[in-house]
Amino acid sequence: MTLSTLFIAVLMGTVVSYYIGRGRSHSIAKPVGGVRNLATLPSYYATLMSLWALLPALLLVFLWLVMDGSIISGLVRSELPLEAKQLNPDSLGLLMNQIGNLAEGVGTLDALGAEYKPAVDRLIHLNSISATAMPVLVMLVMLIGMILGFRTIKADNNARYAVERVFNAVLFISSSIAVLTTFGIIFSVLFESINFFQKVPFMDFVFGTHWSPQIALRADQVGASGSFGVIPLIVGTLLISLIALTIAVPVGLMSAIYLAEYASRRVRGVIKPALEILAGIPTVVYGFFAALTVAPAIREYGDGLRDWGAENGIGWLATLNVSSESALAAGLVMGIMIIPFVSSLSDDVINAVPQSLRDGSFGLGATKSETIKKVIFPAALPGIVGGVLLAASRAIGETMIVVMAAGLAANLTVNPLEAVTTVTVQIVTLLVGDQEFDSAKTLAAFALGLFLFVITLALNIIALRVVKKYREQYD
Amino acid sequence: MNDKATRLAQTLKRRHAAERRFQWYGRLSVAFGVACVLFLFTDIISKGYGAFTQTYIDIEVTFDYETLGLTPDSTETDVKAASFNSLFRNTVRAQYPEVTDRRKQRTLYGLYTTDAPIMLRDMVLRDPSVLGTTQQLTIVADDDIDTYYKHSFGQDLGEGGVIGRVNPQQIALVQQLHDQGRIHKKFNTILFTNGDSRDPELAGIKGAIIGSLLTLLVTLMLSFPIAVATAIYLEEFAPKNRLTEFIEVNINNLAAVPSVIFGLLGLAIFINFFGLPRSVPLVGGLVLTLMTLPTIIISSRASIKAVPPSIREAALGMGASKVQMVMHHVLPLAMPGMLTGTIIGMAQALGETAPLLMIGMVAFIVETPAAITDAATVLPVQIYLWADSPERAFVEKTSAAIMILLAFLIFMNSTAVWLRKRLERRW
Amino acid sequence: MAENSKQTMNDTYETTGIPLLKDSKLSVRNVDVFYGDKQAIFDVNLDIGKNQVISMIGPSGCGKSTFLRCLNRMNDTIDICNVTGEIKLEDQNIYDRSIDVVELRARVGMVFQKPNPFPKSIYENVAYGARIHGLTDNKLELDELVESSLKRCGLWKEVKERLLEPATGLSGGQQQRLCIARAIAVNPEVILMDEPCSALDPIATATVEELIHELSQNFTICIVTHSMQQAARVSQRTAYFHLGKLIEVNDTSVVFTNPKHQLTEEYITGRIG
Repeated sequence: MTLSTLFIAVLMGTVVSYYIGRGRSHSIAKPVGGVRNLATLPSYYATLMSLWALLPALLLVFLWLVMDGSIISGLVRSELPLEAKQLNPDSLGLLMNQIGNLAEGVGTLDALGAEYKPAVDRLIHLNSISATAMPVLVMLVMLIGMILGFRTIKADNNARYAVERVFNAVLFISSSIAVLTTFGIIFSVLFESINFFQKVPFMDFVFGTHWSPQIALRADQVGASGSFGVIPLIVGTLLISLIALTIAVPVGLMSAIYLAEYASRRVRGVIKPALEILAGIPTVVYGFFAALTVAPAIREYGDGLRDWGAENGIGWLATLNVSSESALAAGLVMGIMIIPFVSSLSDDVINAVPQSLRDGSFGLGATKSETIKKVIFPAALPGIVGGVLLAASRAIGETMIVVMAAGLAANLTVNPLEAVTTVTVQIVTLLVGDQEFDSAKTLAAFALGLFLFVITLALNIIALRVVKKYREQYD
Repeated sequence: MNDKATRLAQTLKRRHAAERRFQWYGRLSVAFGVACVLFLFTDIISKGYGAFTQTYIDIEVTFDYETLGLTPDSTETDVKAASFNSLFRNTVRAQYPEVTDRRKQRTLYGLYTTDAPIMLRDMVLRDPSVLGTTQQLTIVADDDIDTYYKHSFGQDLGEGGVIGRVNPQQIALVQQLHDQGRIHKKFNTILFTNGDSRDPELAGIKGAIIGSLLTLLVTLMLSFPIAVATAIYLEEFAPKNRLTEFIEVNINNLAAVPSVIFGLLGLAIFINFFGLPRSVPLVGGLVLTLMTLPTIIISSRASIKAVPPSIREAALGMGASKVQMVMHHVLPLAMPGMLTGTIIGMAQALGETAPLLMIGMVAFIVETPAAITDAATVLPVQIYLWADSPERAFVEKTSAAIMILLAFLIFMNSTAVWLRKRLERRW
Repeated sequence: MAENSKQTMNDTYETTGIPLLKDSKLSVRNVDVFYGDKQAIFDVNLDIGKNQVISMIGPSGCGKSTFLRCLNRMNDTIDICNVTGEIKLEDQNIYDRSIDVVELRARVGMVFQKPNPFPKSIYENVAYGARIHGLTDNKLELDELVESSLKRCGLWKEVKERLLEPATGLSGGQQQRLCIARAIAVNPEVILMDEPCSALDPIATATVEELIHELSQNFTICIVTHSMQQAARVSQRTAYFHLGKLIEVNDTSVVFTNPKHQLTEEYITGRIG
């Protein structure tokens, strides 16, 4: 029985329980003078009974799926030949993997050695027991649940209370998922980062100016040759983000001002959604655009300038060299991506400035631009600063554009025409492909992730504070 | 008084000029944004429209028993082992008896897709009766030939007689095929019916689309109920205390966590800790669920907030319990807003790439996934993979895949807008 | 209803009382105001005398604020608002194409219902108009202007120690007086006041009313108010608006003691309101 058929069976059982429960409540209602003399509506009794059938069974399936693998492999491991038990954890893991593969019929026993035949057989046997036992036990638990649920259907028992308690509990559990996610992020990133800092000293990571993680052909070489100085990545990230913000902030802000203060309703109705299209385009599309259209165009233009400089004897132009993965291309396209983000946040804060301030300024004879520059902009400034911080956090965390259009080489430079790499690019490159999970290389990605998380979180918290303060000012 | 009037008059010209300048900055900014949208779309459409047609070449193939080393009694295993490669090469060679040079002969084979022999074999496997007969077949052209025939055929020869990646011999051959009426363009169904391939002419996005759908399905099934439940809890049931405030702050912050971090979470928790398989829509869906939850929760809360308190009071005043009040009145009224938020969240999930790279959905997968536990890739990751491929013909395919992705997204977003306009009530 | 000697309202109407003067600062002729398709003001004819205080009264929604905002073209900021007719400021039609609203508003200042100081310092608020219009040559002149404006509004003593603190920290009455100081710092010829005391407590109201009285020595003031007592206290003339029509204009004492029009009387006696 596959998992999906089991799920369907459990769901059907739940539905059946509902109808049984409803029937039962109607039948107990008869002797006491009809449904109105029950403590609550039949549908509540029915719901309660179906919950009794569903929840314990679901819980069992979940626990089984989580525990099953580790219990079985623990049992198999305890029966391995003695010399296998003394292997180091990595080799033992590999061995268990091979045994697992054999149990699924992949590969032959020759590679492993005949002494592992019992282990393979044992694994097959345990797996088959687990596979048969689970549906049986789950259905049994469900049946018991149905019986218990059936017995709760009494005229004087108000099933609504129980149902609503379950309802409340489900709501609470759902809302705690957001918190669990945060903890999940913190723990997973923190845990692996601590592992990483046991291999690479923290100070080398934070203050190192050289990044080349391509190391360790063998496990015992870890940390011997690769260097993990994060400074070039930070400089690269900041460079690209800065280029992006230099484009997005003025353009986004001015568009927002123009649309909010000058444009007629009709123009605004057309232009605003058109700009919002930019926000809906997936980042991978921007990445493609940056890598295949913008970067070559910039390079071509740069080369043209160089030739022109050489012909006309302009020395500094003649040495101009534009990388095909220039930071400028990635930053430019990222800037385009962030425009709607900046403009919609600015739009919000500009509209939050009360009309009375505009009236006050117009009433004194100020022109529109004077009112905007001298009254609205200063009044909206905190909100705009908050928006820019959020945009900065976006830019720093943006991944696909830089993965596709920025380089891999960690150059420590602030020249926008050269290739730089960023924190996110390195996270992706270090983790894509099959790596062993505990080499310094993969762990470095989590350390970078921790760094990224802390920075963006800090920016967000500050930004949200600033924006909130600003809102309160006018509420 | 007069002093004031003169002073005013002096400044007016400058001030009105500043006003006009300022307006122009605004207009230019808006124009820049709109120009970016237009340029992006034109660029992608002009790069990608070609991928919707494909060049085919007609060829007459005799499924000769002798060349294949088969007899009428041969079994399926024999057919699988038979040399369709030589059959195909002999057939092509026979059409150009004048070409004897080995290298030039290789160019002849190269007009067709490298999978041509396998296609012949599959044909026999499907229908063994073709053995011994002569068939009129239409075979997909090689990607370079395809690109040339679609975009540069009939143009003046470039420098050294080379256009793109085709040489003069190939150009002459294509001209000959064209004169014979054997080469032609058709609507490219391969793009929609094939999975990924190393050969651009055989690569399609069916696998990626199904992968995306499965991933979105998981995301939808999980994120919608969880988000709605969370929104209801926070708006209607949660006591105003530290814990609730903490949850709210958490949700707001999660909304701004870079997506790549969610990839790290998925890798560490779902794959490493729970031991779920890599590259599968189940894990992709789980990661995207966590990622889209804040978006949907925030918009669901907004639409619950928009339900006026008078309706709640009316329900409670009738003696409804709080749960009944929520289920019977608040939830139905807030549903359009929640659905809109969900569609927008799904659109966001559909376009997401980075976290899926982390959990291994970048594998090269030819098969179309059939279940949420099959290895799969998704549309944006497919775009990323193709964009990275060295073959020129993949640029066209990538752009086409982007057009399809954008079409899905535009459809979803306009549905959301329509839904909002249509169903959302103004109080 | 008993036979009444007083006029009743018709579709075409004539303003009762004395709407027109010989020597006027502002003269309004045949003004109609439309919001989209909806007409808000119907054919108003009115003269406003120099260095006089005229108050506009009437039930809410009668168009008195809309009318006031026509006088310095503040209605321009509302897209769908359309004004026809003629409003002359000393022989110049302010709706003429050649008129620059910036210049106009420097001559016809405005004070609003709710105090709306800019979120800047007290000093900057008062200096704002002079700065944008370039009315002073140096910091010293500007300081003087700020000081004299604040003094004329009786605010100088209260704020001279904290000129650089944010204006939003002042009390409601102080804020409104600051807004008046801000308006007179530009030295306008006319000051329009749109219910300037409605957001203030009685004591602050009294101070502002006193201020209006003093300012009337040098400025022409039009004040919209919903308080008949206020109109009686501060103005020489009173105009009564009803549903967008100017019903009656006369000396304040006449309007309040001996209204000629039935609607005016009903309003004064509290039967409409």
